[in-house]
Amino acid sequence: MDPGMDPGAIPTLPRGVRLHRDRVRDQWVLLAPERAVTLDPIAHAILSEIDGTRSFAEITETLATRYAAPREQITADAAGFLQALQARRFLDLAT
Amino acid sequence: MTTRKAKPPIAMLAELTHRCPLACPYCSNPLELTRQEAELSTDDWCRVFREAADLGVLQLHLSGGEPATRRDLEDLVRAARDAGLYTNLITSGIGLTERRLRALDAAGLDHIQLSLQGTTPEMADEIGGYRGGFARKLQVAEWIRQIGFPLTLNAVLHRRNLHQLPRALEMALDMGARRIEVATVQFHGWALKNRDALMPTKAQAEEATRIVAEARARLKGQLVIDYVPADYHSDYPKRCMGGWGSTGLNVAPDGMVLPCHAAQTIPHLRFETVRDRPLAAIWFEGAAFNAYRGTDWMQEPCASCERKTVDFGGCRCQAMALARDPAATDPVCIKSPRHLDLRARADAHAAAEAPLTYRSAPGKPVATPAE
Repeated sequence: MDPGMDPGAIPTLPRGVRLHRDRVRDQWVLLAPERAVTLDPIAHAILSEIDGTRSFAEITETLATRYAAPREQITADAAGFLQALQARRFLDLAT
Repeated sequence: MTTRKAKPPIAMLAELTHRCPLACPYCSNPLELTRQEAELSTDDWCRVFREAADLGVLQLHLSGGEPATRRDLEDLVRAARDAGLYTNLITSGIGLTERRLRALDAAGLDHIQLSLQGTTPEMADEIGGYRGGFARKLQVAEWIRQIGFPLTLNAVLHRRNLHQLPRALEMALDMGARRIEVATVQFHGWALKNRDALMPTKAQAEEATRIVAEARARLKGQLVIDYVPADYHSDYPKRCMGGWGSTGLNVAPDGMVLPCHAAQTIPHLRFETVRDRPLAAIWFEGAAFNAYRGTDWMQEPCASCERKTVDFGGCRCQAMALARDPAATDPVCIKSPRHLDLRARADAHAAAEAPLTYRSAPGKPVATPAE
């Protein structure tokens, strides 16, 4: 487990940050104030699991099962990605 | 003309109107303002938003002038959201009421960027040339917080108010803003008349850079700080518009489509309007957009420079204004033959004393400094 990420923390997308299907470029993006972040399929899969109720640990568990991937790997990838979003105020973490 | 196919734009600045209650001496609108009779209609703007979304625009910035001067702002926001655009309102707050803000909320407005002319009523009202503006802005900020709009505070800084930067950062936190733009005045258009009044000193510019670096570390995860440094005192020019015709475009109040807000200061360029031609055709094929796209247009020292795709030679409009050649290296660059001259001029402007020359507009009383 990444030391900076509380497994019980519940990630949420704050108001003004939303997933958007970019039909012109045929990809998913995260729209936020003054920014559009291009999402690869993994980043999109992680953000799609955020529902404002489930914890980081529950989300990574779901992803590990669905993609039959090592949980440690999924956890590390997701923690790095979500913490980078949090640093830019594109993600809130409720603990 | 042979041009490689450009990528679609990500952002569009819609200058809905040039009308504005403020008279800021650094106004970024062109010297010749569009009159209300010549502004695009509601239906025209709604069509332009759909064309923009079809072209690939994701972010729409609704600006002006003061966009709240348009009585149809709420309808425009709704149309932009229906088109699939992320909608950002760039406003001084003047003209917004709680009722209008709630209507904008219902229409789907995503984000508000509130400008800050100073951190005290004395400073803010003097710079904006509008008495009572600061008190009104604080009231608007409170309504924004109550409704829950994501907020960016846009602090415009220059020699007269750079000492207020620490307080501006505190105000952003107090208002619940997630983000602040610390924007040192860029000298284009009307602002060129005020270089003696507003040019920061080199020491001020360095102090601002230090304060921003310290605040970024201290407020990480709490407040995002975007910083536009004082470029006359910089060694390398800004990556203007992310590269000409590469990521963004502007639509002026009368429908003229511009590669940047100051592009009309380049006399040889010919612009087209959304009244005559689809936005996509203007973006991909328009002569003005292709004039400085990519790097083929560059002269030395840009043409052989390792930074040529980092900053694209800086700002074309600044090259026009300072070197009288829009294809020249931006004189801000240390490699420009005009760089030392610009440094000397920046220091001379910074050492000068001059009253503010307020933005004037047809049919509007001329603002006078407060006693």
